[in-house]
Amino acid sequence: MANVMTARNLRLYYGKHEALHGIDLDFPKQKITALIGPSGSGKSTFLRCMNRMNDLVAGVTITGSLKLDNKDIYSPKTDVVDLRKRVGMVFQQPNPFPFSVFDNVAFGLRLAGIKDRALIQERVETSLKQAAVWDEVKDKLNENALAFSGGQQQRICIARVLAVQPEIILMDEPTSALDPVSAGKIEDLLLSIQDKFTIAIVTHNMQQASRISDQTAFFLDGKLVEVGSTKQLFMAPQKEETSDYLNGKFG
Amino acid sequence: MRGIFEDELKRLHGKFTEMGINVSEAIYRASKSFIDHDKALAQQVIEHDEEINEEEIKLEDEALMLIALQQPVAADFRQIIIVLKASSDLERIGDHAVGIARESIELKGEQRVPEIEDDIGEMTNNVRSMLEEVLDAYVKEDEVGAKQIAIANQQIDKAYANVREKTIEMMKQDSKVITGSASYLMVASYLERIGDHISNIAEWVVYNKTGHLAELTPDHHPEEN
Repeated sequence: MANVMTARNLRLYYGKHEALHGIDLDFPKQKITALIGPSGSGKSTFLRCMNRMNDLVAGVTITGSLKLDNKDIYSPKTDVVDLRKRVGMVFQQPNPFPFSVFDNVAFGLRLAGIKDRALIQERVETSLKQAAVWDEVKDKLNENALAFSGGQQQRICIARVLAVQPEIILMDEPTSALDPVSAGKIEDLLLSIQDKFTIAIVTHNMQQASRISDQTAFFLDGKLVEVGSTKQLFMAPQKEETSDYLNGKFG
Repeated sequence: MRGIFEDELKRLHGKFTEMGINVSEAIYRASKSFIDHDKALAQQVIEHDEEINEEEIKLEDEALMLIALQQPVAADFRQIIIVLKASSDLERIGDHAVGIARESIELKGEQRVPEIEDDIGEMTNNVRSMLEEVLDAYVKEDEVGAKQIAIANQQIDKAYANVREKTIEMMKQDSKVITGSASYLMVASYLERIGDHISNIAEWVVYNKTGHLAELTPDHHPEEN
């Protein structure tokens, strides 16, 4: 299986302090990769490298390589707006724009210069369906997205990401601010779209990682301790630290 | 999420039932090979046991994966546990069928006692219908049916005690039947143990339904009676 994104010896420094110590990690196409580890282990920092969200943090330097379809995203030639269209992101707190559901989901398309109304209409509908929120919003597309529940807002945000048809979707604890039922809906939707998208998800919820991911990467103190198939990692991890973390002995 | 777990569970139960049918067939063929002195059939039972063992390993592997990745609790948890426990009972039943088949191969035209062979044939039929009933109770989660099976097992214990008594009596009277009778004792005791494993499966059916671990037939070993 081809890899959509590949990190090699990726190091990130805050000033002189090295926060990521040479990460090698592949993201196989149309697979869900879970990044787990205690707070401060570097998993979110790593995730943010994947669409250059750390660019604007003062004093950050990055070395090594991070390739999207074999092209280094940190190359000076990379257009960051284009990169973020190809590498979408969903955050912990739902962050819809303060305008209508329709305009939220159409936002990325319009930004990308698409003017064909019929196409936009169709993409909005498809994306909302893929995000498993269509039935709940179809009669309220012109209502302000902020008027919906947290779980619905998060699915609208996911639809917004799906609309631009990214190659990889980054999710930073997308369900930790939601109740279990809403979280379950998002897990279901991730499983249902995984044949079309590649997903990297940071989660503190071990059950979530084990239920939905194909591959799991365990981070600790800025290092990638272990990566493997989720089945193997959860049933017989190679490293003692992984086993201890999964069993709640630390973190 | 529920969907995936339920589908996997359904598949697992289906495989368990399939394994049960294979095991029932193995008992039938093993016993037939013994009564008919059919060594080729006995050999088939022994070879086929590999498949039963593999079926059990696959079931265990999938059940363990569901436990580790889906982390079920309460009723879902019990469902997985019973697959694990009951499939190892089925596997043991398969081993006892092999034991019977091995006795068939050991037989060397010894003097036969038709009356005891009839008893063994009847025990086989009873054990097989118990197995079919327990598989049915398993699928239907039928606690009442499962309890009936444990009662039926007491009949198997009695039948075993009866065969044992008769065989020993024969051996006392006629030393020519001793070698063959040793096989009768072995085969009857395999069938008796098969009954115990079926009874165990019945206990898992009850556990699945109620959450209580129950010994349905305490102290039923005929040796202790």
